[in-house]
Amino acid sequence: MQGSDFVGQLEAAVPGAVVGQTMEAIDPWLEIAPEKLLETCRWLKESCGIKFDGLQCITAVDWCEPDPKKAAKVSWEPHTELVYHLWSTASRASLVLKTKLPRWQNDEPGQIPEVASVTSVWRGADWHEREVYDLSGVNFVGHPDLRRILCPEDWEGYPLRKDYVMPLEYHGMRGR
Amino acid sequence: MSQLLDDDQRIIEFDVRTDEMLVNMGPQHPSTHGVLRLVLRTDGEIVSEMEPHIGYLHRCAEKIGENLTARQWIPYTDRMDYLAAMNMNLGWSLAVEKLLRYEVSEKARHLRVLIAELNRIASHLVGMGAYGLDLGTFSPFLYAFREREKILDLFEEACGARLTYSYITVGGLTADLPPGWLERCEQFLDQFEPVIREYHTLLTTNAIFVKRTAGIGVLSPEMAIDYGCTGPVLRGSGVDIDLRRDGESIYTAMYDGYAFEVAVMKDGHYPRDHEYPAVPTDAVLGDCWHRFFVRMLEVVQSMDLVRQAIDRYSQCKGPLGEPLKLAEKLPAGDAYLETECPKGQMGFYLVSEGAAIPWRVRARSSSFSNLAVAPELCRGCLIADVPAVVGSLDIVMGEIDR
Repeated sequence: MQGSDFVGQLEAAVPGAVVGQTMEAIDPWLEIAPEKLLETCRWLKESCGIKFDGLQCITAVDWCEPDPKKAAKVSWEPHTELVYHLWSTASRASLVLKTKLPRWQNDEPGQIPEVASVTSVWRGADWHEREVYDLSGVNFVGHPDLRRILCPEDWEGYPLRKDYVMPLEYHGMRGR
Repeated sequence: MSQLLDDDQRIIEFDVRTDEMLVNMGPQHPSTHGVLRLVLRTDGEIVSEMEPHIGYLHRCAEKIGENLTARQWIPYTDRMDYLAAMNMNLGWSLAVEKLLRYEVSEKARHLRVLIAELNRIASHLVGMGAYGLDLGTFSPFLYAFREREKILDLFEEACGARLTYSYITVGGLTADLPPGWLERCEQFLDQFEPVIREYHTLLTTNAIFVKRTAGIGVLSPEMAIDYGCTGPVLRGSGVDIDLRRDGESIYTAMYDGYAFEVAVMKDGHYPRDHEYPAVPTDAVLGDCWHRFFVRMLEVVQSMDLVRQAIDRYSQCKGPLGEPLKLAEKLPAGDAYLETECPKGQMGFYLVSEGAAIPWRVRARSSSFSNLAVAPELCRGCLIADVPAVVGSLDIVMGEIDR
C-alpha cells in the first residue's frame, strides 16, 4: 500500500514531515522530522484513508559514537533512532516510521534528547514510551507519567545505550 | 437522592464515604501470575485506581541479544513466555528468516505448525487452570495440568526439555521427531478431546464461575485497539483479527492450506463446528468470561490444526533440513515480525549492520500491552474482581519484563 501517492497525501497534510523514505527495504519506512512526529501520527490515525489505529511497538536504536579504530568503516552519524511500528486493524496494513534524534540534547552528555509523546494519539503508547525512556533515555514531552518502568526508580543510566557501563554494585548487592 | 435510593439499593452502600486506602497486592501474590505488584487505591471495597508495577523479572534480554548471534539468542526467547516457549522460538526464528529472506523446507514448516499449536494448547491449559485458582477453585488447575503434563512429555521426547525447548530455531528445527512420536501425539489428542467437555462443566458453565466473570471487566473493542491489546483479549472483545490468517505473508504462508476458523464472536455467534456450551445470558462481549471462552475455543481449534499438521507432516517425503549456522551473517537492514502467540501478538524486531551479531534486538510483548489496559478495567470494580480481571488477561511476567 505504501507508495508515492500515500507519501504525497502525507506531505500535503503535514508539510515538511517526510524527510526521507526507503521503499526497497524489507519493511519500507518513512523518516519523519522529529518536530512533526506528533502531527504526523495524529493524521495517520485520524485523517488518513487507512486509519492506523494500532501502535505495535516503539523501539529506540542507539547508533553510538564508533570506536576510533573502526570509525572509518562505519556508515552512520551518531544518533538515537526511534522506530514506530503502526498498523491498521481494519486493513491490516502496516507502516514503519523512523525519526532521528541527537544522542544527547544540544550535545551535552547527560541531557537526554526530547521528542513529543504520542500518548494523546494511542493510549497504548504510555508504557512503550516509559520503557524507551527507562532503557534508552529519550524524554517524551507531554507524557502524563514518565517514570522508569522496568528498572528500579533510582536506577542510573540507560542500559540499552551502547556506551552504558554496568554498575558493579546496587544498594550493597555486588554485580559480579 | 431519594429518587436514586428507590431505584438502586446499592447506592446506600456506596454512599457511605470511607477513607481512601492504598492496598498493596503482590509482588508475590498467588493471583498475580508471577511477580507482579498491584497498588490499589480503594474506597471501602471499591477500587478507584489500580497501578501495576512491573520489572521484577527484568533480565535485560534485549541487551543480551546485542551480544549474541541470532541463533544464540533462541534460549533467551524461551524464557520470555515460558509457558509457550515454542511459539517464542518460532516468532524470533521467523523474524530472522524474514531478514535473511530464507524459507524453511516443507517438512519443517508442517512440523513447526504441529509443535506451535501443541504448545498453544499447553499454554491455554495453564491459562485456564490458573484462572480457576485466581477465582478460588483448585480442581480445574489439576485437571488442566494433568493434560498439559502429557504435552510436556511429548515435547521432552522431541527435544529433551520440558519448558525451555529451543526446539524451533533459525532455519528450521534442531532435530526431527523420534520414531513413534506421531502415534503417541494422536493418542494424546484422542484422549484429550473428550476431556474438554469436563473443562466446560468445571468452569465455563459453572454457576459460580459465571457469576464471577460474566459482565466483569468489560473491554470495548475501541479501547482494546487503542491500548494495543492482542490475541484472545482482543478477540474476546469481538475484533476479528488473528495473525495466522491476517498476518504478514511470511507467517501466514506457514498456515497455507490449513483450515481453521478464527475464534471470535461474529453476528452474536461463535464458530460452531464443535459442541460448545451456550454463552450465559449475563455475559457481555468483552468481559472476563468471553476472554476465557475464546481460549477454550482455541484449544479445540489448535487440536484440529495439530491433526491437520500430523497429516501433512507424515506425507512430506523430503528431508527436514539443517538449521542455519550458529554464526550466520545477517544482511544489513532491519525486520519486524509479529506472530500470533497464545497470549497475543508477539513482535520481534532486529536491526543488523551486516555482522552475525544483531545491532539491536527488540521484543514487543503481547502481555505487556494487555496488562497496560488493566488499570482501565479495574477502575470502579470490587477488590475481589481484580484477580478476575488480571487473570482473564492471561499474562506471563517473563514476557512483560523480558
